[in-house]
Amino acid sequence: MTVDTDGVNAVDQMEKGPQKTAFFNNPKIRSSVIQVLLIGILIYGVWSLISNTAANLSAQSKSFGFGFLDNASGFDVSQSLIEYSRASSFWTVYQVGLLNTLLVAITGIILATLVGFSIGIARLSSNWIVSRAAYWYVEALRNIPLLLWIFIFYFGVLRLLPSKREPLGTSLDGALGYLSIGGWIAPKPVAGDMLWLTGLAVLFGIVASFIVSSWAKKRQMRTGQQFPTLYVILGLIIGLPAALFIVTGLPLSFEYPEIGRFGARGGMPVLPEFIALLTALSIYTSAFIAEIVRAGILAINKGQTEASHALGLRPGPTLNLVIIPQALRVIIPPLTNQFLNLTKNSSLAVAIAYPELVSIFAGTALNQSGREVEIIMITMATYLTLSLLTSTFMNWYNNRMALIER
Amino acid sequence: MANGFVRKEMLAQMPAPAGTKGPLHWLKTNLFSTPLNSAATLVALYALYCIVPPFIDFALISAVWSGESREACATIKQGGIKPDGWFGACWPYVGANLKLFIYGRYPVDELWRVNIVYIMFAISALGLLIPTLPFKRQNVFFMFGIFPVVAFILLTGGHLELNGFLIAVFFMEPSYSAFWIDFAVTTLFFAAIAYLLAKGTDSDPIPNLRAVFGVAIILVAVLLAVSAPLGLEHVETEVWGGLLVTLVIAVTGIVASLPIGILLALGRRSNMPIVKLICVIFIEFWRGVPLITVLFMSSVMLPLFLPEGVDFDKLLRALIGVALFSSAYMAEVIRGGIQALPKGQYEGAMALGLNYRQMMQMVILPQALKLVIPGIVNTFIGLFKDTTLVLIIGLFDFLGQIQSSYSDPTWASPVQSMTGYLFAALVYWFFCFSMARYSMYMERRLDTGHRS
Repeated sequence: MTVDTDGVNAVDQMEKGPQKTAFFNNPKIRSSVIQVLLIGILIYGVWSLISNTAANLSAQSKSFGFGFLDNASGFDVSQSLIEYSRASSFWTVYQVGLLNTLLVAITGIILATLVGFSIGIARLSSNWIVSRAAYWYVEALRNIPLLLWIFIFYFGVLRLLPSKREPLGTSLDGALGYLSIGGWIAPKPVAGDMLWLTGLAVLFGIVASFIVSSWAKKRQMRTGQQFPTLYVILGLIIGLPAALFIVTGLPLSFEYPEIGRFGARGGMPVLPEFIALLTALSIYTSAFIAEIVRAGILAINKGQTEASHALGLRPGPTLNLVIIPQALRVIIPPLTNQFLNLTKNSSLAVAIAYPELVSIFAGTALNQSGREVEIIMITMATYLTLSLLTSTFMNWYNNRMALIER
Repeated sequence: MANGFVRKEMLAQMPAPAGTKGPLHWLKTNLFSTPLNSAATLVALYALYCIVPPFIDFALISAVWSGESREACATIKQGGIKPDGWFGACWPYVGANLKLFIYGRYPVDELWRVNIVYIMFAISALGLLIPTLPFKRQNVFFMFGIFPVVAFILLTGGHLELNGFLIAVFFMEPSYSAFWIDFAVTTLFFAAIAYLLAKGTDSDPIPNLRAVFGVAIILVAVLLAVSAPLGLEHVETEVWGGLLVTLVIAVTGIVASLPIGILLALGRRSNMPIVKLICVIFIEFWRGVPLITVLFMSSVMLPLFLPEGVDFDKLLRALIGVALFSSAYMAEVIRGGIQALPKGQYEGAMALGLNYRQMMQMVILPQALKLVIPGIVNTFIGLFKDTTLVLIIGLFDFLGQIQSSYSDPTWASPVQSMTGYLFAALVYWFFCFSMARYSMYMERRLDTGHRS
């Protein structure tokens, strides 16, 4: 259409009154048509997937169902946090795998956060050599694939360790356990009779700290008086349990491994796969966390520090009340994302056969039972649940922390 | 004021007070300004001392640079020529296997085909990435339109057997001529729908028909190209390997994920609730599961999803998984760009009377995509690193090929695996680090300071 006809149409239209829109140009009708079509295509797609799968499964004379989860697995697992044997069911295999995933993920998250925060702060240090070293740490780690790091630690670094017969740690007589190519034989903590009291004290300390800090905050809001919250919390969480621990007579002992003819015995064996995976996961993720921390601190405008100094706040309260709350708002969302990434990345353990969810459930159990569809579905659903839970928490946190403007 | 003193000549410049310049002063202010700082310096120096000298010793000083077989890289105890206690990299092993690492087991006589693909890709990618080079539009067209087809033909040998288009399966025996009959019927069918749609809405049918026939002609060109007997030897994907597979997966992932990602991002921002819901579910699903389970799914479950008789090779299955996975991530990156645009851009476009397609195509997407170039490059870096995961499902990418070379007894020695991993790490690091630097450079260049 050219400009001329448009003009004529417009004139025509003015004479005839408002033109009726063709039904197809009505945005409401158009969008419902598109959506109905999309649903139709989707239903057809899903239906053909399901029917194809059903046909293929029946051609292989397999059925679909989760009954197999009660069958005995018939294979061994090298590390299990719960009772497990060959006679245990596939469902137990799933639980063992999930617990091992969570074990490596949680320890990895703690380590990665500690290292990542230190490196991130070191990156901002005025000390030239410290900030350069931190920079190259980050660049070296995050530009090399995680799987390669796992291989480097498992097939490279751990292979350099001495054999099981002559492990490291003999000079300390096994006080820190023995480290060899077969993993770390750690001293095994043995709980005494009264240990539960210390545990209870820790729990009590945490709960009490929450109450104290919220009370202190309310009081400061109301009266302006400050309260030494940090020291009280430290006393509650560390001091009280420690005192109780000593009073009840140190109810925790260690069973130290002993060197035998074929290597160390006793103690608590830690798999070399676990060590390699944990190291690789936590240092790889720590590089990303370091960048997040650095970006978060840099994101706070210098004017914030200056303004709070101008208001008469000393450096300590400036950091506590002005800088950290704002930096955390920037840091926490990508940080949770990294935690989630670490959890998902722990599935790379399948490459070195650390017995976590993907390795023993989507690997060994799948081969043993031949239930591809069910097992992959369960595995994916598990990871999906973990990440949905995290993002729900994230949304809640973001809403709570979001700046309320105007 | 008459007898005030006015200096007639300039004073000679004095040297700075001792201790405020020079290397010692720099050391003092930068490394040892406070006790804490000094301690940090010492700790950092000790850490560097623990890592850097052994690394340099292994990679350069103690390393072996020439040799024919494992004897050159093994100690006497291990049956070689090196003194006991020697520990260094074995570079001749890398040199001897370099072809394997770059091309996999691709037939030696056909390597020129891979080389052409590498060169085409390098030239086109540089043309796209360097902002000052001209012909961006043509280059994008080449990279996303022509290059994939040419690369496909060169790498596989082309000459695909075509035997059924969209509707043939319902009523025809599959064959090459049936394919073209089917293609013509399908085209006419779509043309008829387009024509009737235009008639039913009282608008001009010519543009609709032009669009349908345009797509059909492009498809004919592509299909003719991939099915023509060009006399190239067919190369199975089983013999592809090394850097070739890594690049094929990474580039296919990114090229496929861009258009899908744009559609998903637009869908997620759409006003239509069902479209939005479907896009959100799709994106969150793929982002919520680890890539390795996606690869397991595509290698184990994809064959079950397809009708009987349809079978993909392993590489294609992995490619589908990677493309779906990365398009979800790409969608989120692009959505970030779309959301970063001020509302005035939409309102301005609507005020000009542009319809949705025109508004997105001419106003929103060009700005949004430019804004997220760093994000796209970062996604590509992630994807490039993630390609290593395909070795778990039995494909030989760069890392997988290096690992598989350990089983070759010619170079078997205790330092072989360390050397291989070191080489892999250097290559990955070089690729990823340069891309990361590029992305930072673009970020600075694009940051016009106009964003609110």
